[in-house]
Amino acid sequence: MDLKEKLISSFMAFENNVDIEHPVHDIRTEAIKNFETKGFPSKKEEAWKYTSLNSLQKIDFSIFPKEDNALEYKDVKRYSIHEIDTYKIVFIDGIYSSYLSETTHDGVDICLMSSALTKPMYRQVIDVYFNKVASKDESLTTLNTAFSREGAYIYIPKNKMPKKPVEILHFATGNEASLLLQPRNLVIVEENAEVQIIERHQSLTTNEVLTNSVTEIFAAESAIVDYYKIQNDANTASLIDNTYISQKSKSNVKVHTFSFGGKLTRNNLNFYQDGEYMDSTMKGVTILGEKQHVDHHTLVHHQQPNCESHQDYKGIYGENSTGVFNGKIIVDKIAQKTNAFQQNNNILVSDKATINTKPQLEIFADDVKCSHGCTIGQLDEDALFYLQSRGIPKKEARALLMYAFANNVLESVRIPEVKKRINKLIAKKLGVNLGFDL
Amino acid sequence: MLEIKDLHASVEDKEILKGINLEVKAGEVHAIMGPNGSGKSTLASVIAGKEEFEVTKGSVALDGEDLEEVAPEERAHKGVFLSFQYPVEIPGVSVTNFMKTAINESRKAKGLEDMPAKDMLKLIREKSELLEIDRKFLSRSLNEGFSGGEKKRNEIFQMAMLEPKVAILDETDSGLDIDALRIVANGVNKLKSKDNAVIVITHYQRLLDYIVPDFVHVLHNGKIVKSGGKELAMELEEKGYDWIKQEATV
Repeated sequence: MDLKEKLISSFMAFENNVDIEHPVHDIRTEAIKNFETKGFPSKKEEAWKYTSLNSLQKIDFSIFPKEDNALEYKDVKRYSIHEIDTYKIVFIDGIYSSYLSETTHDGVDICLMSSALTKPMYRQVIDVYFNKVASKDESLTTLNTAFSREGAYIYIPKNKMPKKPVEILHFATGNEASLLLQPRNLVIVEENAEVQIIERHQSLTTNEVLTNSVTEIFAAESAIVDYYKIQNDANTASLIDNTYISQKSKSNVKVHTFSFGGKLTRNNLNFYQDGEYMDSTMKGVTILGEKQHVDHHTLVHHQQPNCESHQDYKGIYGENSTGVFNGKIIVDKIAQKTNAFQQNNNILVSDKATINTKPQLEIFADDVKCSHGCTIGQLDEDALFYLQSRGIPKKEARALLMYAFANNVLESVRIPEVKKRINKLIAKKLGVNLGFDL
Repeated sequence: MLEIKDLHASVEDKEILKGINLEVKAGEVHAIMGPNGSGKSTLASVIAGKEEFEVTKGSVALDGEDLEEVAPEERAHKGVFLSFQYPVEIPGVSVTNFMKTAINESRKAKGLEDMPAKDMLKLIREKSELLEIDRKFLSRSLNEGFSGGEKKRNEIFQMAMLEPKVAILDETDSGLDIDALRIVANGVNKLKSKDNAVIVITHYQRLLDYIVPDFVHVLHNGKIVKSGGKELAMELEEKGYDWIKQEATV
């Protein structure tokens, strides 16, 4: 039985464990039908030309993990930003761990999707927001929607800001030979409210893990959202991240994606601008080696005038790694005075590494500023000589230049400890041992 | 200290240096002047070991050791320093971190431990004061967005930190206003000693009012065509390079 069949036949078993009377279940039922029609995307589709899910579909994934897998804090501490105090929503093999988590209802809701999807007090919010920005026909999103039950639920009311950042952490213990996880997150940031979120998926063994995650983010007028995705997973862990963001006027949403690991990572990052004078920022640092594969698909849809979007993705590809950057910008006819910037710079450090980069601009307005630039290159020889002439050996000079190239994206990271952590991960990934503190 | 013998160098099969002879002794200041395209910057790059240039004949030796097979970083460890005409911008690496890395790599090459952080800070403070460099400047990305003057001052700051035996200043005066020129020249003069040497590459006599050379050499078409004392620089300033070119063709 292939994975698609297995998933479809598992849906009935899934229904035994959820409230089928809840309106959300109509959405699930609709979604599984859509998935059944579409199935997994194949390389014949333009959007999946460079990323194949074929080999993953041959793995016999467990769809419903057994319960009660416990982890000790000391075993997972290093995967969180433990230098600072944070709210934590922690899942072990997809199951919420109250022991490792710190949630809150103190003026803001930082808790569980399973509560939001079942308790009557959340019903109204769920009616308004659940599955409203996520795609109804993209197959992996519909698959997640069909099985949506657990994940992080974050609701920040008007003018509020949580006292500390929120971490969403997923751990896979390897208790299953191979595990499919489908977390579903909902983040609602009301008018003039603010939140900072750090998300990380970590497999703790070499057993196969596939995570198909969907996150919906709603930023109301003047809301501020900073979202950091740290992707540094084991070489047997794959991630399909589908993030959908709906923004209203004067809001500011930044998503930073740091991709340093994993077997196959696909980031579908979609911004929908529904209002004026707002700013959407997408930044990424990708550093890959071995046979790792990362595919960044971004979309910014400018639907109203006077808005900005900024994209800056840097990639360093070594060994047999492969990368994809596909950045789509749509500017509607009405969206005059749009400023849309996109930049994707790549360095190939191995002859066997590959990057496919493609800007895709669809501009229907005539008074806009849109720029895009893709580069694929090697390190600058003049810069290398400059560093060497100061006594820095060639190997270290190369590492230092790559570090500088990637590090440059981090200026917009607003949590110093996150910046420091990413700096360290970059240095480690590049094998840089520089004579200074990161 | 630095001995250049019959040096020929090419880039992409085009010969640029066509037999240079130059001996620089400890304690001396040499000025190399000459029109555009005469090979001044190439000479500087070849001494510092830039791989793009191929030495086809002759040699460069430091303290009697032939540098032919010596990598640029090793030349730096042995005491060669080049102040770049166009210092490269390196976003993402601060001046301070860059200097720490450079100093500690040099120490490592000499079998020494990293310089203790406290000593490093003290050294940085001392040398930045010498060049009248603002502390804030040191945490900025190396050369990124620096003005022409700031870049050159930063080069001499690096020279002060690394304390080379032979410093080559490649058009350090270009892009400097008179105040910056004085600060830079003053820095170089303070670093001068009987144990080190400076080679000043310049178009104009201006810098040589501040850094007074013992010898002036005129480079033309890849060769030193005339050498003299500091008065030669004045003569060049007055008469230009045409008479040298004519003399050379004759």
